Amino acid sequence: MIEVRNISKTFGKNRVLDDISILFEKGKTNLVIGKSGSGKTVLLKSLVGLHEVDKGMILFDERDFTSMNFKQRKSLRKEFGMLFQGAALFDSYTVEENVKYPLDMFTEISYAEKLERVNFCLHRVDMDKTNALYPAELSGGMKKRVGIARAIALNPIYLFCDEPNSGLDPQTAIRIDKLIKNITEEFDITTIVNTHDMNSVMEIGDKVVFIFEGLKCWEGTKHEILKADNRYLNDFVFATNLTKTLKKVQAKKEK
Amino acid sequence: MRLFYHLGRYYILISKVFAKPERYKMYYRQTLRELELQGINSIGIVVIISIFVGAVITIQTNYNIENPLLPRYLIGVGVRDMLLLEFSSTMVALILAGKVGSSISSELGTMRITEQIDALEIMGVNSASFLILPKIIATMLFFPLLTIISLFVGMGGGYLTALITNVSTPQEFIYGLQYGFYPHYFTYALQKMVVFAFLITTISAYHGYYAEGSSLEVGKSSTRAVVQSCIFILMFNLILTKLILD
Repeated sequence: MIEVRNISKTFGKNRVLDDISILFEKGKTNLVIGKSGSGKTVLLKSLVGLHEVDKGMILFDERDFTSMNFKQRKSLRKEFGMLFQGAALFDSYTVEENVKYPLDMFTEISYAEKLERVNFCLHRVDMDKTNALYPAELSGGMKKRVGIARAIALNPIYLFCDEPNSGLDPQTAIRIDKLIKNITEEFDITTIVNTHDMNSVMEIGDKVVFIFEGLKCWEGTKHEILKADNRYLNDFVFATNLTKTLKKVQAKKEK
Repeated sequence: MRLFYHLGRYYILISKVFAKPERYKMYYRQTLRELELQGINSIGIVVIISIFVGAVITIQTNYNIENPLLPRYLIGVGVRDMLLLEFSSTMVALILAGKVGSSISSELGTMRITEQIDALEIMGVNSASFLILPKIIATMLFFPLLTIISLFVGMGGGYLTALITNVSTPQEFIYGLQYGFYPHYFTYALQKMVVFAFLITTISAYHGYYAEGSSLEVGKSSTRAVVQSCIFILMFNLILTKLILD
């Protein structure tokens, strides 16, 4: 469980996060949605410590991340797994070396055990027999899957995904979404996904938080989102003609 | 004010770089990788340039000592001292600032903008140390070797030119290479190169590590890295020459 209490973050005069409080639950896929520039990525990067918050607390199972020193944070980060927007695989390493990297760095297990773990993680994301390939030889979706494999290599307790679907076709996007949801449930971890893809919301959103101009504007489940009467949320969710038509159809049905 | 900002940030980066490594085995592996990338892959350019510079110095020295009263072995002396005192350390360092400096800066810059450095940080790895320390060790170990290679290849180039153009006999040229040799010049050249290796690597790494924005910015930071490395090499060349040779 991750608890965010009243955090704020400014860059110069620009207030990007304004007094945000959220509870991200364990074993659930928690989605943070909002349009580009709303503060989603800053929120996610603040959670993992890539940005320092100006005020507020971030608690990882009651452990206050904001008051930890460098060593304590480093230790806690070994419980994190993160999937980046562009996958962030190490270009000069093969797929196998990428997934094995955290194991090499932080475990004392033998080479055979590491290889077994790497193959398990790659199998889990349907990337068997790609061990010798380099990131440049992979498609966008494959990179994301290897990114997930690397993120789960050390059995994380918290999984962070920054726009996992960006740049992917709808079918691949759904595949990545399902993979994230299955891994969350299978390993009983706390997952936070940043997205502005409504397909993802409807597919995997156990809990949805809507951020608008740095403020937490709404929170609920994917079922509640369609009936919400928040103007900013509705502008965001029903931005396309397709979704507007769907809403009209649903409204007619309900009448 | 901007200068102090950069100096402070450079100092912070260097202090992060020299922190205790998380896993020595990984650093060792990374250092071997860097030895190949930054060192072995630079041998070619150093050899080619040194041959031609050795040849040119031979012709130019001959042109300047056409007086029949001056002995021909002075051509060998000129080639040796020019290579030893300036070319094989300072000029080779300037060439390496272009090749290795831009490579380091663009590699780290690309890693920064594609979030690979963030990925390391989130795993709990000291990214500055893991990425930069092996490069510093590799260049400080290998660049002096490049100085030695440049010196011998340059003298070889000069020897061949002397032979082909008949400006001096092989015996005279080799006598000149040995005449009045101060071993201290050799250690002076190597000491300079060790300092230059540190400057090239850390300045280039600094610009790459803190690159921001798009790929355009990576290119700009790479250019800045090369220009500043060159300026610092020339400044330290003056300081070290005064300190070591005086």
